[in-house]
Amino acid sequence: MNLNVNFCGIQFPNPTVLASGYLGVTGASLANCTSKGAGGVTSKTLLMKERTGHANPTILTFPGGVINAVGLSGEGIGNAKHEFEKYRELAPENPIIGSVGGHDIDEIVEVAQIMDEYPVDMLELNFSCPNVEGEMGKPIACDPLITAQATKAVRQVTKKPITVKLSPNVPDIGLVAKHAEANGADAITAVNTMGPGMVIDIQMRRPILTNKVGGVSGHAIKPIAVRCVWDIYRSVKIPIIATGGVINGRDALEMMMAGGSLLGIGSAIVYHDLKCFDMITDKIRAFMEEEGLNDISELVGLAHEEGFDRDKL
Amino acid sequence: MSLPLVFKVDSIRQDSPNLKTYVFKHNIRAKSGQFLMVWLPGHDEVPMSIGWQTKEEFHVGIADAGDCTHAIHENIKVGDKLGFRGPYGTSFDYKDVDHLICVGGGYGTPPMLNLAQRATELGKKVTVIQGARSADYLLYEDLFNQLGVELLVSTDDGSKGHHGYNTDVLEEHLSKIDRSENVCIYTCGPEVMMVKVAQIAEKNELKCQVSLERYMKCGFGICGQCCMDDSGIRICKDGPIISGEYALEHPEFGKYTRGQSGKVEK
Repeated sequence: MNLNVNFCGIQFPNPTVLASGYLGVTGASLANCTSKGAGGVTSKTLLMKERTGHANPTILTFPGGVINAVGLSGEGIGNAKHEFEKYRELAPENPIIGSVGGHDIDEIVEVAQIMDEYPVDMLELNFSCPNVEGEMGKPIACDPLITAQATKAVRQVTKKPITVKLSPNVPDIGLVAKHAEANGADAITAVNTMGPGMVIDIQMRRPILTNKVGGVSGHAIKPIAVRCVWDIYRSVKIPIIATGGVINGRDALEMMMAGGSLLGIGSAIVYHDLKCFDMITDKIRAFMEEEGLNDISELVGLAHEEGFDRDKL
Repeated sequence: MSLPLVFKVDSIRQDSPNLKTYVFKHNIRAKSGQFLMVWLPGHDEVPMSIGWQTKEEFHVGIADAGDCTHAIHENIKVGDKLGFRGPYGTSFDYKDVDHLICVGGGYGTPPMLNLAQRATELGKKVTVIQGARSADYLLYEDLFNQLGVELLVSTDDGSKGHHGYNTDVLEEHLSKIDRSENVCIYTCGPEVMMVKVAQIAEKNELKCQVSLERYMKCGFGICGQCCMDDSGIRICKDGPIISGEYALEHPEFGKYTRGQSGKVEK
């Protein structure tokens, strides 16, 4: 049985990939995740300058999910090289995706150029953080034409595969994915957090997050994430990293059947800690055995009707 | 679920010139060494250890050491509310220990009080070695005396107890202990002090547990802000209590930490 995923020419030993924003501040932390079973990892999004992000509280769980307003904290791309080198030293076998952010297209291109020089296998363009609207305006992925422009600009500065991370907060995510694909994206990551949302403490009579609003993830958004992956699968030919509420093996299988080739794993850590990677991979393996499937790629898009052919898109 | 619980301050003790202990009437059910994320709306949320703890109340000793703790000192009076998430993290293991030697430095003393309290309830022998800059900064002598533990102190200026480091007192004390008993050293305080304590334990072939602190965001092991090199362990989830031996394997132990952005700070 083959659980190995060839994604844009990069070999992942299993379909689980640590999602951006989770445990991605240091190279050692990322490597700790692969040692516990993650097939690959995604770094935390980096911008040009060092950023402290929003003041705490920045991350909360509520019944059904997670809400966060970390606010793109990071040491700045120029300071972060040692973290990628540390990851490579500690986890030489597992791919790493470098997450790229910026206030505008010029900054994103600048960060991508530097990331391109680092030991990363792929670049993920974070066009969809909903927690910094006050500072940066609407996320790029909320507009298909700006997504096109930004993808095209980054395509010109790197030969490494690019995946564009999309927002679920749009009327037609398939259209946004098409614009990314047409301008050089090799893959789509879907979806970023929903919202923003808000949680109020009734005793304090205040929103709990210091930023007041934050992006919502976890099981609460899974049906929306599954539908987004489904729509993207039917709109573009490039492969998808499906993320948003994949907590257990059943969720993972659902996402793959919608069209995900890889699975972005984040909130699952809240519920199952770092053993979530092995739990998900084990469940996929057991399901494939039961169903008589030999290669994990057979699961991808299985929920679409017979005769549906992406190659004819 | 990690939404905060909100409690009103029942009373406040001024325990040193810059440390106030806030008392809350609630059974927090924390294991010794675990921590809370303390929320001051509109300012910040910071990890804090738990001091004295009974079924009726718990104490949080807060030093005026940063923007948020300063704001708490300035603004929070008896009857005001603070939010708490947790308790989080690993705890001290003392189940099979006969003699606990608790080494607290500066603001690291509150969890040593909590541990001494739990251990004396089980009838175990406890020695507390507390270091501070001067006599005014020594914490909770009344509560340690109430527990009936052996209390040894040191001050940097010699105003009380040994004139010098608490690690000197520890070394001196270890030469006198009964090695036929199961002895374990516990420590919380400045990291350079804990490195020294862990090394002393290693030299004396004694077990040791240290309480670490790093900048934290989530508190429950998902954000990756508090991870240590090179194991990548999360201090909020795999810590804050780890063995001294394991701590010494980490190149950053006693050397550097990371700040709010994630950048290394020496």
